[in-house]
Amino acid sequence: MLQQANALDDIIAAISTPLGSGGIGIVRMSGEGCIALADTLFRGKKKLTEKASHTLSYGVFTDREKGEVIDEVLVSVMKAPHTYTKEDIVEVNCHGGLLVTQRVLQAVLQAGARLAEPGEFTKRAFLNGRIDLTQAEAVIDLIQSKTELSRQAAVYQLEGRLKKAVRQMREEILDMIASIEAVIDYPDYDIEEETYRDMEQRAQEMLKRMEQLLAGADRGKILREGLKTVILGKPNVGKSSLLNWFLEEERAIVTDIPGTTRDTVEEYINIDGIPVKIVDTAGIRETGDVVERMGVEKSKQYAQQADLILMMLDASRPLEAEDKEILELIRGKHSIVLLNKSDLQQQLSAAELETFVSKEQIRSVSVKENTGFDTVIDAIKIMFYHGQRTMTDEILLGNTRHQHALFAAKEAMERCLTTIRTRMPEDFISMDLQDASRALGEITGDVTDEEIIDRIFTKFCLGK
Amino acid sequence: MYNAEKIDIAVIGGGHAGCEAALAAARLGMETILFAISLDSIAMMPCNPSIGGSSKGHLVREIDALGGEMGRNIDKTYIQTKMLNTGKGPAVYSLRAQADKNRYHEEMKHTLENTPHLRIRQAEIVEIRMEDGHVTGVVTAGGALYGCKAVVLCMGTYMKSRCLTGDCITESGPNNLMPATKLSQCLRDMGIRLFRFKTGTPARMNRNSLDFSKMQPQYGDAEIVPFSFENTAEGIAREQVPCWLTYTNEKTHQVIRENLHRSPLFGGLIEGTGPRYCPSIEDKVVRFADKERHQLFVEPEGENTEEMYIQGMSSSLPEDVQIAMYRTIPGLEHCEITRFAYAIEYDCIDATQLKLSLEFKDYPGLFSAGQFNGSSGYEEAAAQGLMGGINAVRYIQGEEPIILQRSDGYIGVLIDDLISKGSKEPYRMMTSRAEFRLLLRQDNADQRLTPIGYRIGLVDEKRYQALLEKQRLTAEEIQRVKGWNLSPAKEVLEVLAQYGSSPIQTGVKLADLIKRPELDYVKLAPLDPQRPALPAAVQEQVNIQIKYEGYISQQIKQVEQFQKLENRLLPEEIDYERIQGLRLEARQKLNAIRPRSIGHASRITGVSPADISVLLIYLEQQKRRG
Repeated sequence: MLQQANALDDIIAAISTPLGSGGIGIVRMSGEGCIALADTLFRGKKKLTEKASHTLSYGVFTDREKGEVIDEVLVSVMKAPHTYTKEDIVEVNCHGGLLVTQRVLQAVLQAGARLAEPGEFTKRAFLNGRIDLTQAEAVIDLIQSKTELSRQAAVYQLEGRLKKAVRQMREEILDMIASIEAVIDYPDYDIEEETYRDMEQRAQEMLKRMEQLLAGADRGKILREGLKTVILGKPNVGKSSLLNWFLEEERAIVTDIPGTTRDTVEEYINIDGIPVKIVDTAGIRETGDVVERMGVEKSKQYAQQADLILMMLDASRPLEAEDKEILELIRGKHSIVLLNKSDLQQQLSAAELETFVSKEQIRSVSVKENTGFDTVIDAIKIMFYHGQRTMTDEILLGNTRHQHALFAAKEAMERCLTTIRTRMPEDFISMDLQDASRALGEITGDVTDEEIIDRIFTKFCLGK
Repeated sequence: MYNAEKIDIAVIGGGHAGCEAALAAARLGMETILFAISLDSIAMMPCNPSIGGSSKGHLVREIDALGGEMGRNIDKTYIQTKMLNTGKGPAVYSLRAQADKNRYHEEMKHTLENTPHLRIRQAEIVEIRMEDGHVTGVVTAGGALYGCKAVVLCMGTYMKSRCLTGDCITESGPNNLMPATKLSQCLRDMGIRLFRFKTGTPARMNRNSLDFSKMQPQYGDAEIVPFSFENTAEGIAREQVPCWLTYTNEKTHQVIRENLHRSPLFGGLIEGTGPRYCPSIEDKVVRFADKERHQLFVEPEGENTEEMYIQGMSSSLPEDVQIAMYRTIPGLEHCEITRFAYAIEYDCIDATQLKLSLEFKDYPGLFSAGQFNGSSGYEEAAAQGLMGGINAVRYIQGEEPIILQRSDGYIGVLIDDLISKGSKEPYRMMTSRAEFRLLLRQDNADQRLTPIGYRIGLVDEKRYQALLEKQRLTAEEIQRVKGWNLSPAKEVLEVLAQYGSSPIQTGVKLADLIKRPELDYVKLAPLDPQRPALPAAVQEQVNIQIKYEGYISQQIKQVEQFQKLENRLLPEEIDYERIQGLRLEARQKLNAIRPRSIGHASRITGVSPADISVLLIYLEQQKRRG
């Protein structure tokens, strides 16, 4: 219920390199216990806690929840007090670009760190006596201005669907809380109580909406999971060449996440900060032939799940029934049609394709001549940035913050469902719901405080 | 004017706040006089004839745990008792008792009369004397000057109060008592800001004129729980009397609607702010126009009186409308009204002028407690009275004040809310205001607060040792139960089946079974042959602490986070106007409220997280310069 100011000595974490530029990304953590926290995610020769201060360790960073390796990393361990913040500091150097850096950050947040406020490392540096007194005012300015900036960014970003959706959910959660609390504070009154079954249904509905929101947080999702991309096309049309070109252009990310089945083998490439995840690269490499191996059915499935479809056609041959079937699949989706063999006699015209896709989605390439791929990259960028050339740090920051809050709300809602299902008393349901509404309030900037009490008296007729 | 005598502490007002303040002060050895306009109004209950209820029951338990009187007094004088919310979770279990009002007053007065160092005086205080910026005495209407070192203001709703029934307005305190007419001006002249609040009470009726066959009886619990941790159920057992339930109907609402223009509330005669949770029946009918009926509880005012209290139907409509409206109600058709319902308006202070110790920031030695601070309810008043009394003593003794945090108890929440937010309407305690309520249960008030009461000197050695013993037994039993293994044997499965609990496949700890919602510590006794005989209160603790272990430890973690900021104290003399980087609104609010700690500051409306960062940096700057 309180507007809790952040603690001063918990573990904070943030990406400390500018985002969106690719290359090396650093996730920095500060606070007592951050080295031990890193140990729960890091696998190297030696435990980080056993390393001397100001040393660099090589190893891999994992996602504790999924147990997957995220990236090969170099981790620097700096022990208090000779650090920037005068607290223990861990810096994880990832070389996987934006996506991987984001995933590392997510992993440490899930392991118990808190996303740092703007300027918070500097604030701690000051509070712990690292920065000189004369710099104090500059720190205040920093905090003020950054807060203002991120607040503006937040306002800007949230004008729209996300804010509305979150508000709505929060309203409903507050209604549920008020119903429970009214009965608790006025046990004698004939307030119609919601049954556990009703509450379960509402909680489930809410959880579903949170999950959808998390999944559909467009850029947020893409940054977290990558732009899920599928390459479709008939045999020998040049799919593997396209893949190789992507991978060879130094864009490849070292991450190669082995799954239990070959189907889940995926590779990430970094297109100017956009993490692109190509589905079934193994399939493409081995047989060079997705359609042949899996048939149109499987292609349909992939196409449905994909964020982006790259379809390759042989421009030197006329459209066949099979091509048309695939083109039918991608109608209305984020897709790019690559006309290969542009160096040969053209049997296939763009006009013919425009009944399925728009002109902007069609690109001519030549695998043999190695031409035209750059225009494909441009097309992806346009699609992702919606015409914007660069992404500002503020927007990404906001995204992570919201994602984190939404994730916390989702977790609280999951706990709430368990509480309801195990038929715990209403008080506990209310506790979980309050956690959820608090988390959502962080997104909308609303503080619960008196709200529940206001609602109780607006909704119910109570009192002597 | 004449010099009467010199004492340590003057308590002004003999209501629930005044009684606790005076008792605490005298018990801590201070020469104390409690002044009341009428000694017949000591511990009077001018409204509902009950003590406790949701969250208020918690307050009474806490008062008792600290060594206050309210719990003991209601245990002596209750006529019905009920544990509310038993199905809703241990945090919100709430005890409520119907009181015999006259006996409640008599017993309390008798206790005051027999407390060493304490005297009671029938007198209206008209002036607070200040010298060199601190309190030195009080003056009565009769011209007596009492020299004193500290004053606790506990005037309740008596300050310039007026009662309204229709267009009949009388300058009077509650229940036709004399109002205090002069002290308000004295406080204003000192520079204290006052608000005007409003509340109301329903009519009383003669029991013999009511037809109970048309109402549903409401009985108390067969198994009673005392309010005071010192009492046992057997020790206070008695015959209980029922209350009765009936409802308003369309006819009632019609009478009210037709006469709304005669209500001072709607006619603009009342200027005070009324509480949302204490709406008059005309309020209810207007605001909840769709509701076909409103429930009413008909409650006895005591055993030696035939007067009944009509809970749920307070009003300020004129007398003839009241008669017409009450008589539309089943069972009340021939009701004889003994006292008409009325609304009451009174002066109270803006509580943001107080410190968390309940002392005025600008007037050393002047404390304020109870409804005069903008709260409502007997229990809220008593809780503040107790703390005001304790801190007045500590002020005189030069000790640090006792300040309960929000994580210590409902009393902490109550005072923190009043002082940081300043109420816009009379403040009522509610369980939803306590963010750590799973830890602030009514069953563990003794564990939370009795050590503090002992340290202050209000709890004696015997009671403190009893608490330590209870805690020892609880801890030992929890450890034993956590180590006790059960196998899926026939008798185990039978007991599980008996409660519809799913069978176990492998060996489990007894503690894990207790955690199942359908089971508890007591139900599993047949599977626990080595269980020692333990007092019921210990068994209850074992059950709750095991059953809700996960939730409890989660809340303990939240409290730890919370306390870090509470423990960062802000010096009293900070001039927030001069701190660079604070937003204008924050500067004004901080200067007005002058919070005790960073945590306290963060709860003030209008202070943002960025302002808190600025404060932290400022603190650090000061520390290094200092």
